[in-house]
Amino acid sequence: MAGAALLGRLTWQAAELAELMRETPRVSSLFFNVPEWPGHLAGQHIDVRLTAEDGYQTERSYSIASPPEARLVELTVERLDDGEVSPYLVGELKVGDKVELRGPIGLHFVWRMGDQQPMLLIAGGSGIVPLMAMLRHRALGMHKPPARLLFSSRTYADIIYREELDRLVAMNDGLTVFHTLTREKPDGWKGFTRRLDAAMVKEVAWPKEETPAAFVCGPTPFVEAAADLLVAAGYDPLWVKTERFGPTGTVGG
Amino acid sequence: MNVRKTRLVLRLEKRDNSVGMGFVSRGFRGKRRDDAAPGRLPPGQYLTNDYPVLSAGPTPRLDLDKWTFSITGEIDSPKSWTWKEFTALPTEMVTKDIHCVTKWSKFDTGWKGVSLDLLFKDVETAAEHTTQVSYGGYTTNLPLEDLMDGKAWIVYEYDGAPLHPEHGGPARMLVPHLYFWKSAKWIREIRLEKEDHPGFWETNGYHNYGDPWREQRYWGD
Repeated sequence: MAGAALLGRLTWQAAELAELMRETPRVSSLFFNVPEWPGHLAGQHIDVRLTAEDGYQTERSYSIASPPEARLVELTVERLDDGEVSPYLVGELKVGDKVELRGPIGLHFVWRMGDQQPMLLIAGGSGIVPLMAMLRHRALGMHKPPARLLFSSRTYADIIYREELDRLVAMNDGLTVFHTLTREKPDGWKGFTRRLDAAMVKEVAWPKEETPAAFVCGPTPFVEAAADLLVAAGYDPLWVKTERFGPTGTVGG
Repeated sequence: MNVRKTRLVLRLEKRDNSVGMGFVSRGFRGKRRDDAAPGRLPPGQYLTNDYPVLSAGPTPRLDLDKWTFSITGEIDSPKSWTWKEFTALPTEMVTKDIHCVTKWSKFDTGWKGVSLDLLFKDVETAAEHTTQVSYGGYTTNLPLEDLMDGKAWIVYEYDGAPLHPEHGGPARMLVPHLYFWKSAKWIREIRLEKEDHPGFWETNGYHNYGDPWREQRYWGD
């Protein structure tokens, strides 16, 4: 479905914001009704174009948070105060407003139902977004590989999708979630409270003998560190797919 | 008379809609429009002063003692340089604007490296296509003519310092007239080919040629 649709030209289309959901103090999820959505794969991204009244336009890329099965296309966006687009999407845009979108884009950083290698997902902050699409997609499957998520957030309040992740774990279908907080140690917290390191990777990551499929997404220094640790732990670099974003908050870069 | 006028107006409005003109994002003004000189930013790009990273996997850490760069494929005798030989070649200082398919552009980036014209000086080939092969196995394809006549370099210094591995060090391609994924990081080999073979990003949804001025980002653009 999505594969075939990608062969054609990706055209811009106006999409209406149907729902808006606050995830954390800085992050919101936006649910768009895209009239002619060709379908997508878990992990892909989309381009957003904004146009000012005088014709000035700007574009950014955002990861898709919704699984292929969802009716609405969900983007989860972190507001960067000095950004040009994210303060508009998280702050100005209201239900009923439209933006122009085109996508889906990318066939590398994707997880497909039927892939059977154990999944290792490592997310830094809003890097969780494409990985959440994978976990939501996996949750709807019949024969799912075991999955582990290591999710680094600044503080407890900054954990995106925290309650939904708890619910996914409670399905008892082979998903384990490990949290680490880098700027806070709340009372009673049972997760890690430090930056990603070799000991953490040793504790969380599948042993290399399992030939896992690893997906790492987050800010560039985080992704560099995580990917290096996995290679040091004996992972073949080809098992490790990465998606990095710079301080501008865009995908890749 | 009045009726005709009205009809004309309606037809014009209709034509506007059919080409998708007139979309306005309510309340959006834009911040960065004054950053760039007119005509210097390709369509859909924005200017950044950062240097974001786009890679598909872990960053390879390469041993300079084992590093080589080769020209292979449709060539009578393949050429190869060690790091020592390569860095002894005459260099050029190049200042260029670069444009990443993920929308950022960076102006006046400064590089030191070797012109492809120099590396291909004695090469005779019937090939019209090339594949750049990186350490780590990633590939990108380019017409040979896009590497010639002062359009491409292999660079190993950025901003006066050795090129960082994250950004493709020890040495990467620089083909600044195309989107930056066409400038392979960790370059190992340029393979001369009679036929075009789409590379890694090109088989993963990205455009086969990648001209930023024609906004050739994705398949079908």
